[in-house]
This record gives sequence, structure tokens and C-alpha cells, in this order.
Amino acid sequence: MLMDHFRKIMAREYVGLSIALLVLVLFFGLQSQYFFSVLTFTTLANQMPALLVIAVGMTFVLIVAGIDLSVGSVMALCGAVLGVMMTQMGLSLWLAAAICLLTGLGCGLFNGLVVSRWGVPSFIVTLGMLEIARGGAYLVTDSQTLYIGSVLEVISTPLTGINLSPAWFAAVSVVVVAQWVLSKTVFGRYAIAVGSNEEAVRLSGIDVAKIKLAVFALAGVLAGLGGLFHVAYLQSADPNAGIGLELSAIAAVVIGGTSLSGGRGSVVNTFLGVLIIAVLQTGLAQIGASEPSKRVITGLVIIMAVIIDVYRNRPGGVGQYLRRVFSRS
Amino acid sequence: MSSSLLKVSALHKSYATPVLRGVDLEIKRGEVHALLGANGAGKTTLCNIICGLTPADSGQLSLRDNPYQPGSIRDAEAAGISIVMQELNLVDKLTVAENLYFGAFPGHHGLIDYNRLNADAEIVLRDMGLDELDPGLPVERLGVGQKQLLEIARALIRPCRLLILDEPSAALTDLEIERLFARIRALKSTGTSVIYISHRIHEIERIADRVSVLRDGRTVSTTAVSDVSPDDLVRLMAGEVPLATHFRGNRTTRSLAMSVRGLSTPGLLQNIDLDIYHGEVLGLAGLVGAGRTELLRALFGADPTSSGSVMLGPNRNAVSIRSPRDAVTHGIGMIPEDRKQQGLLLQQSVKLNSSLVALRKFRRPGGRISDAEEQRAVEMICDNLDIDCVDTSQTARELSGGNQQKVSIARWLLGTFSILLFDEPSRGVDIQTKTMIYGLLDKLAAKGMAIVIVSSESRELNEICDRIAVLSNGQLTAAFEQGEWSPEKIMTASFSAHLDQGVA
Repeated sequence: MLMDHFRKIMAREYVGLSIALLVLVLFFGLQSQYFFSVLTFTTLANQMPALLVIAVGMTFVLIVAGIDLSVGSVMALCGAVLGVMMTQMGLSLWLAAAICLLTGLGCGLFNGLVVSRWGVPSFIVTLGMLEIARGGAYLVTDSQTLYIGSVLEVISTPLTGINLSPAWFAAVSVVVVAQWVLSKTVFGRYAIAVGSNEEAVRLSGIDVAKIKLAVFALAGVLAGLGGLFHVAYLQSADPNAGIGLELSAIAAVVIGGTSLSGGRGSVVNTFLGVLIIAVLQTGLAQIGASEPSKRVITGLVIIMAVIIDVYRNRPGGVGQYLRRVFSRS
Repeated sequence: MSSSLLKVSALHKSYATPVLRGVDLEIKRGEVHALLGANGAGKTTLCNIICGLTPADSGQLSLRDNPYQPGSIRDAEAAGISIVMQELNLVDKLTVAENLYFGAFPGHHGLIDYNRLNADAEIVLRDMGLDELDPGLPVERLGVGQKQLLEIARALIRPCRLLILDEPSAALTDLEIERLFARIRALKSTGTSVIYISHRIHEIERIADRVSVLRDGRTVSTTAVSDVSPDDLVRLMAGEVPLATHFRGNRTTRSLAMSVRGLSTPGLLQNIDLDIYHGEVLGLAGLVGAGRTELLRALFGADPTSSGSVMLGPNRNAVSIRSPRDAVTHGIGMIPEDRKQQGLLLQQSVKLNSSLVALRKFRRPGGRISDAEEQRAVEMICDNLDIDCVDTSQTARELSGGNQQKVSIARWLLGTFSILLFDEPSRGVDIQTKTMIYGLLDKLAAKGMAIVIVSSESRELNEICDRIAVLSNGQLTAAFEQGEWSPEKIMTASFSAHLDQGVA
């Protein structure tokens, strides 16, 4: 009975990721005397929200076999819009935040419409949007960083006693809800199906275009939310924010085992992927690795993660065998 | 030395079921030998064996009186046998000359001698009657017919004793066909033999010396073309023995499920009128490429139509079906022929595959899927259809062909559908599953469902259909009620749109 339970747990993919994360934490803990401090974990957790929500959106996009390269720029644009609304237009926080999210939604809808109605590959569309949104961010801010001040500070200030910020809790809530949507709802099921075999789904009478549109729109809104978190964290809107963030997001999602070819993925695993990247970055810095060597190591970890994943999921591979053994009840 | 080039005797080959059951064939030097037969008669398998693409189970092949056992297509090429298949194998972005000499470019040290390449290509093109083609033109700019002739020209670059052409004329215009025939005559005069596979009897009469007819994996006749009439050939392909008729009593009174008028698609279907009734299985017969699958897809809204109207129900309510989604909304389901590409989500579970169409039935407020209900429904349908899987979380990829087909069916049975379009119900499934599927279709029809099947097996059509409609070259050429059809009538109708062309 207990053994069965143990096997079922071992069959889950997140177990392997959790073990990897634990190994990293232990390794850095032993290497650096400063790693196991409350400060490390607080900093880590409070830097994460923007990347985390954007990686959640990216998970959905990869599951429908698309890709969204525009998230970093869209985040900067949304942050910039937020900054302008608050500093120059004097809008209230709530209204400005709503417009920030709507800006993200607009970018996402544009991506989704072009992908689903005209059949343009998402790589191309979102590459275009990467430029458009970045240009937009410079335009609305006049290429200046807008200092906003402490209005948004409450979002990113760690709560006393638990050392975690409201933004962190919001981001984790997004993870929980998104995982629920992915694994329990009709929409989540359709997204997985579209990524597995789009033509078969179309021939089952399901509106594939609508699903894809919704997924890209979701990624856009979450990029907007990321922009909000980012601005709150820096207390300013920087049009240069999030350069290369799309790659960190894709890396986190891929480390989490979501397939680039679609049809398979998990938001919880993406969360673990984000944690692994964050721990790696912080830990390497603490043991004195230089910025260049940090990047080299991070790159190697990404490649390793995907190689392991490919082996795990190869038909007749070790992973499938293990999963079958462990999932047999 | 005898006049025989290739001798095939008592060739047998089985895949899941026997395909060749004793084929004999003799190809003489310098003759054009036509190969004729219905779908699934074994023409393609025979050619694949001759070309070393697949080994025979038993039987002998000899080439110029020497035993010949090609282990690969290279062996066949070394022996001077080339094949041009129906599908084009050209690289679109490369030029005409590059495609011709692909893999054997003139030049040295890895550099291509383009002057020589283009000069050589020009000669080859002239021989093929493609003088007007610039060797430097990218292949993507060519017409389909030109591509087809280019493919044939490429097969003739190596010294060739036997050229096999599988439906070479399907994409050719009349003028291009003349060029092809001129090239074939030139080959003949140099002693090269040609195996010419075609459904177009009038072409065979013009170009071939002898014709062999295959039926059910056996050679039923080899004669000089001048000694047989087109009618004889059709009769030979169909067989003399009437199929055992399989009457079922009158089901319910006929009630119209779907009525189609003047349906045409860009490129193929022309002015199709068809009525589909509840409680009956309608079969669509015809040759490969006659438009059967295209008709199903058009009815289902999967491909655009250029004209035509669709009416549903006994009251003939006009509806517009422009996407599979519209079709599903109107209670029409379709099971495609290519289940791996278009039917199943191979990497996903039996459960996800089975519940895909009917998923909304298990929807609870907030968009949540009721896990328990879904699981129960999927387990029930797996039981009903006797789907052999470890559990419903097993991936579709791991199932046998028969079980995969059952999962494709399960998806539609979980929903509520009144019209089911089924393309090749028993393609690639074992005999037990086949029997089960036939029984299931029978049961569904008895319950009032309207079923349309496409099948290339006349036995299958005969066994399960209440009515058979025949397509030929995109036209509906005949419709038979139970008891009216015979293999010969179906075969004649299948060829009719091609025979008409021959008169012109």
C-alpha cells in the first residue's frame, strides 16, 4: 500500500526536477557559507515573479507547439505604459494596472490572430512583435527610464515575518490556477490536443484557431503582469527591461520538461525550472563564478536537461520503462 | 539467348493479409507491357519486389535467364531496372539539371562542373521532348506534367533495360502524353522494356504490346493488346464469379439524412448529386484518385468546395458546412483514412483520444472536466469496442493497428452523431477487428445512423453496404441498390469517366 503510493509519486516528472533542485541547493549550501541564509532565499523569491508568470504563459504556448519570442519586449512595453499612465497621465494605480494588462492582452491577441488566421509561423510573428513592442516601449517613454516611486512598492516589498512579497504570492497563485486550467479544464485539454496533432483536432470539429488565439492572448496578459511586477520591483519603468527574457523563460519551461514540439507540458514543472535557473544564478554568483562563466554553466544545464528529457521520453527508453513500472498499480 | 528479359513466377507476398498469391509475368526485350488491375490487385507490390524495395515471401525472379534477387533498390538499378513512382521525388529549390544528376554531379574535388552539368542535361531533356526547358530553371517553376516527365528522364540517365512507370500519365496533358509515348517508342527501338501501369485503357491500347491483368494477387491473363477489347479487360479485372450477396432485410423506411446537389471542388469533384439515408450503409467505390476521399472531406467541411448545396434531414433544411466544426454541430462525424496523421493523437492516452470529440459532455461549470464521468464513459466505450489496452492512460502509439482504429471510432461513438463518414474502415487492421467493425456498422445503421464508407475492397463494399455509389475521375458515374450491383458493373462504372476520354 505504502509502496504503491511511493511508486505513483516516483512516476511523476516533478520528482526528478525536485531532486535536481535539492542537489543544487545542497551543493551551493556546502560551497558557500552565505547560501543558507534567509537573505538568499528572500532575494531569490522576490526576483522571480516576473520571470515566473511569463514562463507560465510560455508553457501554454509551447504546449500548442508555438513559441513566443516577444514576451520580454511586451513586458517592457507594458511596464512603460504603466509608468507613463502613472507619472504623466496621473491615473490611479488600479486603472493604470488595468491598462498595463490590456496592453499585454493586445500584443498577445495580435500574435494569436496572425498565427491562427493567416497561418504565419509563431516564430516569425513573435519575432516581429519583439521588435514592435521594444520600439513601442522606447516611443512611449521617450527612451527614458521613468521613476515611479513608492506607489507600487507594496507589491514587491517582502511581508514582515514571512519575507515573501505579495507579488511572489500572486505569481505562485498564477502557477496554481494555470496548472489547474491545463490539467482539469476543457481548454487545457484542447491546448494539449492541438499541440499533439493539430489536423486531427481540426477534424474532430474543434476550433483550433480559437484555442491558439486564446493561448497567445494568455501569454500576452501574463507578460503584462510580469511588467507590473518588474516595475514594482525596480520602482521605475525601464524601456530596456526584459531583454533576452524570452530565452530565460523558454529555458525554464524546457528544463521543466515541456516539449518544444508540443502536446506535453506542466506548469508546476515550469515553476521548478524557474527555481532551478534562479538557484543556479544566485548560487554561482555566491561561490564567486564570474558573469561569463555563469552563462556558460547555465547554457550547459539547459542542454543537459533537454538531453535527459529526450532520453526519458524516447519510445522504449528508460524513462518510459520506469514510468510504466512505477505507474502500475 | 531467349527473347525474355524478366521472368516472374509464382510470386507470393503477404503483409497482414496475402497481397500476391502466385503472380506470373514475363517481360520480353523491347516490349511495352501494360499492367492492369483494380485497387489492391497487387500491382504496386509486384513492382516493389521487382525493384528491390521489398522482398518476396516465395517465388522466382530471373533476369536474362539468371536468378535475380534484388536486396535493395541499388541492386535493381545495377541490374538496369528503374522505377518512376506516382509521387514526385524532385527537390523543388534545385534546378532542372541539378535534379537530373542529383547524387552524381559531374566535376571534381566537390566542385560541380556546371557547364558540363547543363550541357549533359540539355541532351537528356531533348531526348525526353522537353527541349523548351532551361536546365538552370528551378524545378518549383515547372508544371506538374513537366515535373513528371523530368522524373522519367532522370530514371533514364542510367543505362536502363527495364523501366517501370506507375501511373505516369495521371498528371500529363495530351501533348505531354505524346512526348512520353515518343520517348517510350524510342526506348523500345533500342531494346529497352517498359512496364506501364495505368487505369487508362485507351492509352494502353495505343502504347502497349501486351497486357497482363492482375486480380486478387494473381495474374489472370496475359495477351497481346490487339487481341482484347476494353470490355474484356474490365471483365478480367472484375472477375467472373459473382460475390456472395449478403442481403439484410429492409431496415426502417427510408428517411433522408443528407442531400447533396451539384457539389464540386476546385480541381477534382464535378457536380456530385448524392442522397444519404438514415439506417443505411452507403458505399463509395472507385479507383484510387477518383475522388472518394475528397468527397467525404467535402461533405465534412474539411476541404473547401467551389459550388453545391447541402441539405439535412427529411425536410431538406439547407445548411452551410464550411468547417469540420460546422459538420460536428450538425451531427456529422468523419473517421479519416490516415489515422496516424489525421485521426489519432499518437503521443496521447487512449482516454484523451477517445473523449476528444465529446469532451464538452463532461464539462462542469467553470470549464472543469468531470474526471469521474469521463473515465467512466471512456472505460465503457473501451469495453464495448473491446479495445485492448493496459489501461486508458496507455498512449495510442503503443496500440496495434486494429486497436488504434477502434479508438478512432470510439471518439465519435461517445458523441451523438446521426451521420458517420468512414474512410477505409478496415485499412491496416486485423481480421478480428475487421469483423467487429462490420458488425458495429451494421448495428449503428440498424439504430438509424446514416453511414457512408469509402472502401477499395469490393468484398468489403459488398458485405456491408445497402447501396453503392461509384466515382470515376471526380464524377459520380453510377449508383446501385442492394442486389443490383456486380463486380463487373462497379468496375465498368469506375473506369467509365476514363473510357469516355479515350473516344476523344
